[in-house]
Amino acid sequence: MGKIEWAMWANEQSLAAGLIYATGGIVGVAGQFRGWQFAAFGIAAGVFVCLLEYPRSKRRKGTSVERTGQYCFTVCVKAFGPLTRNYYVRAFLHAALCVPGGFMLATVLGCVCLGIASLIYLSAAIHGEHWEPILPRTEQPKSVGNSIKEPPQNPPPRPPPELRRKKVDKLETAVYDNPMSVTINE
Amino acid sequence: MGNWIINHGLSAFILVVWMGINIFLFVYYYLFYDQGPQFEYTRELLGSALPWARAPAAVLNFNCMLILLPVCRNLLSLLRGSFICCGRTMRKQLDKNLTFHKLVAYMIALMTAVHTVAHLLNAEWYTNSFQGQYGPLAGNLSMLDDSSELKTTYLNPVRSNSTTPTLLVFTTIAGLTGVVITLALILMITSSMEVIRRSYYEVFWYTHHLFIIFFAGLVFHGAGRIVRSQQVTDPPHNTSFCEDQPENWGKKPECPIPQFAGGFPQTWMWVIGPMIIYLCERLLRFIRYMQPVSYRKIVIRPSKVLELQLVKPGFKMAVGQYVFLNCPAISQLEWHPFTMTSAPEEDFFSVHIRSVGDWTEDLIKMVENLPEGGQGPKMAVDGPFGTASEDVFDYEVSMLVGAGIGVTPFASILKSIWYKFKDSDPKLRTKRIYFYWLCRETYAFEWFADLLQVLEKEMEERGMRDFLTYKLYLTGWDQSHVNHAMVHFDKDTDIITGLKQKTSYGRPNWDKEFEQVRQENPSSVVGTFLCGPQALAKDLEKKCVKYSDVDPRKTKFYFNKENF
Repeated sequence: MGKIEWAMWANEQSLAAGLIYATGGIVGVAGQFRGWQFAAFGIAAGVFVCLLEYPRSKRRKGTSVERTGQYCFTVCVKAFGPLTRNYYVRAFLHAALCVPGGFMLATVLGCVCLGIASLIYLSAAIHGEHWEPILPRTEQPKSVGNSIKEPPQNPPPRPPPELRRKKVDKLETAVYDNPMSVTINE
Repeated sequence: MGNWIINHGLSAFILVVWMGINIFLFVYYYLFYDQGPQFEYTRELLGSALPWARAPAAVLNFNCMLILLPVCRNLLSLLRGSFICCGRTMRKQLDKNLTFHKLVAYMIALMTAVHTVAHLLNAEWYTNSFQGQYGPLAGNLSMLDDSSELKTTYLNPVRSNSTTPTLLVFTTIAGLTGVVITLALILMITSSMEVIRRSYYEVFWYTHHLFIIFFAGLVFHGAGRIVRSQQVTDPPHNTSFCEDQPENWGKKPECPIPQFAGGFPQTWMWVIGPMIIYLCERLLRFIRYMQPVSYRKIVIRPSKVLELQLVKPGFKMAVGQYVFLNCPAISQLEWHPFTMTSAPEEDFFSVHIRSVGDWTEDLIKMVENLPEGGQGPKMAVDGPFGTASEDVFDYEVSMLVGAGIGVTPFASILKSIWYKFKDSDPKLRTKRIYFYWLCRETYAFEWFADLLQVLEKEMEERGMRDFLTYKLYLTGWDQSHVNHAMVHFDKDTDIITGLKQKTSYGRPNWDKEFEQVRQENPSSVVGTFLCGPQALAKDLEKKCVKYSDVDPRKTKFYFNKENF
């Protein structure tokens, strides 16, 4: 599996894990289970992970497919700079967040899924990947050069195309030369 | 409306039937557990979480049975062959096998979620019941133990004060298998997301094999029989009378101690059939892996396309079918699908392989380093498997649309036509073929142009210019093409392909094309075949629906799509 960007799969896995963590937490709190405090933490952690993981990273090679409406999330995540860019930080963060989930049944699945996501992120970090925001490309306005002010160098009538493309410096071999000088300052 | 029915009617019908069965199973089992008198005492402990857990379980049984079937390709080929009597529409449904597989997978995921949440509640409430939080009846029911001296059987799987829900889950077969298979399911789903699948097929392929763990766990999930129902005792236990006085059980004649027993595990009955069928499929693949395959010719085409001509004893194919190739030197476990580009009339079969990922690149590199005239690396071939293109000769008129490398099944078809022509095969029902080839760069034309040139000549010689109308579209044109074309506009043959038919630039105007086909072929059934990108498929599908007419005197368009 040479070219794989592990972060892509880690991203899908952690997003799913966040949802599962939060759902388990909601069940735990709503059902007033013993240990519901862990469930409440699960909701908070799950939602946080979802928000962090929603914006996809830009791929190193190939086209990146954005998730719908991810731009505002991209801006927020980008604001944290190296904390969100580095995948070691993410791996460690997910590992830390998943631990309290193991103390209660409702969140145990979220805990394990997040743990697996953390491992895949670790693999991504070891392979040197990092998070790149997908930003809309700003079009450079095409600046018109100064030569627009000069009159055309090659006015009609023109010879056939094979003989037409002569460079200016090869004027001796050109088919014709201008009858009058066409520079602006005469 | 009528057009929609022609093109989508059977699919919609199958979906409605499938959904109907799901809903029926859910409601039936919900009511069974919600109202069945044998679960009166279980419901005392669990409330409505019991039916909420059992109803999705029934739906899961049904869907886990279905999920293996759409990927049994040999089974599908067999069905396709036996449906020859039943018409095109039936066989077209078999093309949508992967869509159905995904749909069933989504349903499994949804039902797993409901089932898991309900069981989370169950585990918590079983524990609370045991600890006496729900009153005397629940407490007494929970006190019942599996004891032969006292002649009692337990109802509550929680048997001690120190059992927490987590401990309950991890010390019972049902709980442990449940967690393991849910985890396997989650990993399978996250690695099957389109983004991952299209970019890193290996991750998807290898992770998806977790289904083995999934099915193994699923079969044993009910073996612990921890959901228990009340058994009939002699004398019978009068529930409505006895439930208010649990302390008198065993002392009054109307209230003997209630007995409980777990239900017989049923999941294996649902899934054993498809599991055996799938096992046979993999066995067949292994048998084919052992069969020898030799190289007849290896050609490296421009634009990093590799053509392999292979010979395998006993191999028979039909037009447009595909095979799975495995090259042990690159990877022992990976099988990749490729459409065959040769015709069945030839004594070999060929594939054109484009460099898209790890495996294909490695293969091309390996072949490039071969000595002149040497045999290629050992290759195993599984297949052939059939897809829509087999049906192309059944339609009186066919529109074939191939985008880029998607032209490969049509290479096979056109070659077959050429052979059938030469032999004047009466089985050829097709009267007209319209072929549209969309391509971004001129490079890729080269290997196909030869074939088209031969066909062009052949048709002129036989005076059947009308049989095959082909149009080539160069979608990646730029100014230099325009200049070149402008200067050579009066040449007889096309400047890019050397064919008499001129290349058009840009994308085809499908409205015009469909209109033309409709005008030239009134009261015909036209089959449209596409091998290309999804966006084009949507476009063509819409046009087929738009230009079809239910009136049998007018033209009808049927859309067939093929991709992997």
